[in-house]
Amino acid sequence: MTNTAGLVEIRWHGRGGQGAVTSAELLAQAAINEGKYAQAFPAFGAERRGAPVVAFVRIDSDNPIRVRAEIDEPDVVVVLASDLLRVVNVSSGLKADGILLINTPKTADEIIKEYHYKWALATVDATRIARETLGVPIVNTAMVGALLKAAEVTKLDSLIEPLKHRFGRLADKNINAMQKAYEGTTVRGKSN
Amino acid sequence: MTQRVGIEVSRAVAIAARLANVDVVAAYPITPQTHIVEDLSEMVASGELDASYIPVESEHSAMSSCLGSAAVGARTFTATASQGMELMHEVLYVASGMRLPIVMAVANRALSAPISIWGDHSDVMSVRDTGWIQIFVTNGQEAFDNIFCAFRIGEDRRVLLPVMIHLDGFQLTHVIEPIYLEDQDKVDKFLPPNEYPLPLDPDRPVTMGAFGPPDIYTEVKKAQDVVLTSSKEVILEAWKEFGDIFGRYYSPIQCYRCEGAKVLLMTMGSFSETAMSAVDAMRDDGNAVGLLNLRLWRPFPFAEIRQAVKDIDVLIVFDRALSFGGPGGPVCSEVRSALYNLDKKPKVVGFVGGLGGRVVSLAGFREIIERGTRIAKEGTEQEFEMFGVRE
Repeated sequence: MTNTAGLVEIRWHGRGGQGAVTSAELLAQAAINEGKYAQAFPAFGAERRGAPVVAFVRIDSDNPIRVRAEIDEPDVVVVLASDLLRVVNVSSGLKADGILLINTPKTADEIIKEYHYKWALATVDATRIARETLGVPIVNTAMVGALLKAAEVTKLDSLIEPLKHRFGRLADKNINAMQKAYEGTTVRGKSN
Repeated sequence: MTQRVGIEVSRAVAIAARLANVDVVAAYPITPQTHIVEDLSEMVASGELDASYIPVESEHSAMSSCLGSAAVGARTFTATASQGMELMHEVLYVASGMRLPIVMAVANRALSAPISIWGDHSDVMSVRDTGWIQIFVTNGQEAFDNIFCAFRIGEDRRVLLPVMIHLDGFQLTHVIEPIYLEDQDKVDKFLPPNEYPLPLDPDRPVTMGAFGPPDIYTEVKKAQDVVLTSSKEVILEAWKEFGDIFGRYYSPIQCYRCEGAKVLLMTMGSFSETAMSAVDAMRDDGNAVGLLNLRLWRPFPFAEIRQAVKDIDVLIVFDRALSFGGPGGPVCSEVRSALYNLDKKPKVVGFVGGLGGRVVSLAGFREIIERGTRIAKEGTEQEFEMFGVRE
């Protein structure tokens, strides 16, 4: 688990339509509801369904967030689509004591064997969980649950209100997806 | 009840327009302003906001519709950016010349070509002389708060001018951050109903926008300049009362850690907060530097700027727009001119950067302050420097 005191910077990588931007928004709202300072925004571009997208979250429990720039040296990187690992350098700038969270059916060992990541690594099969709980492979809420297992930047309960507000009648299914993913996430320490 | 919520700044601006109880919104969507007017259109459709939403076919028509609705005394709001503002350009002069208190949120964005949807202040500078009151905001809370201030100032009988609230495209419009959303009672206490003194009325016919032959045009323009310049008093009064009610005070320039500073950086808009962090870092290292965040662009706060720089050696001005073939950044150029006739004045160094969405980081502002200080000492042949450009 990564250090959650002070400023935590999280970068989300997904494909347009998976909900990376929504994940970022929900997480920031939960942190703000806890009385913390937070900021969420997408990489500003011409977003299209299926294209690689990036979103950012900063959370600071003590101080207002003033920096208005993309996150180059994140504490946490979240990857919503594991095929991006071959396309995008998702770990770019990730701090040495940071953590990489990947949506994949593979184990952490398999991922490390393939990509030689040197950071702490968390894995979750969010696509399976989303299919089972929501009936669609939209992993945004599942990945928020997985993130909170990998790095406890807010309480899991703090997400419930933003999820209800955002998803209305679909909120319960999404809360379920989030909780299932929280439970289904395995965290593996830093490789030496 | 005042509520602290995590909300996209654009959505907070739309809520502010609703709480200001606008009567008419006439707008055409353009990135990055879109979410503001989308939300207002939904509020009107759902009945949450009792107003007319006019879905016009262009920005020229948007501003033209605003002229009509403001002329009958309706509280009128619109929003635009970039090419959209260029398309309404000629109508902007009519709004101020006819003394119509329209409020417009501008999601500042670069101008074509090449096409850029990203933020800078090129669009703002192209409308600098249109006679509108123009306020820059630094964060989402300031954007929300200043919508109320804009109506209060513009509709004041001593002013009767249109007001632009400039919020940087994407860097503000698309960011979710904590904002205190105020309740209706408090807003109503601060913002009285619009009572436009001479509205269009079939029972009391008036002529508006009449012909201005040479024997009167100059006097009309003089009157317009006098009212825009003297609107500063009303702006200060509105900001003071806003602060007394809501607890957040605004000023034409915000002096951040200026005490004892010999070098000041001046910025405008959302990058000011990043620049503040750079100032903090440099202060921690023992450098006597500070930041001037320029909020009031029109009327230009001459007295406040002269006062703020009277004891410093170097003023570094960072612009997000370029005057091609001219003096570089428009803000720097105006500040230089405001200080030129003073006996004692700082060296002024201009940088232009952050164009078309190029971000200037904390380290970038630190570099600007360090380099600017060096240029002031060593002198330069250049009018300005482009920051972060690949040559």
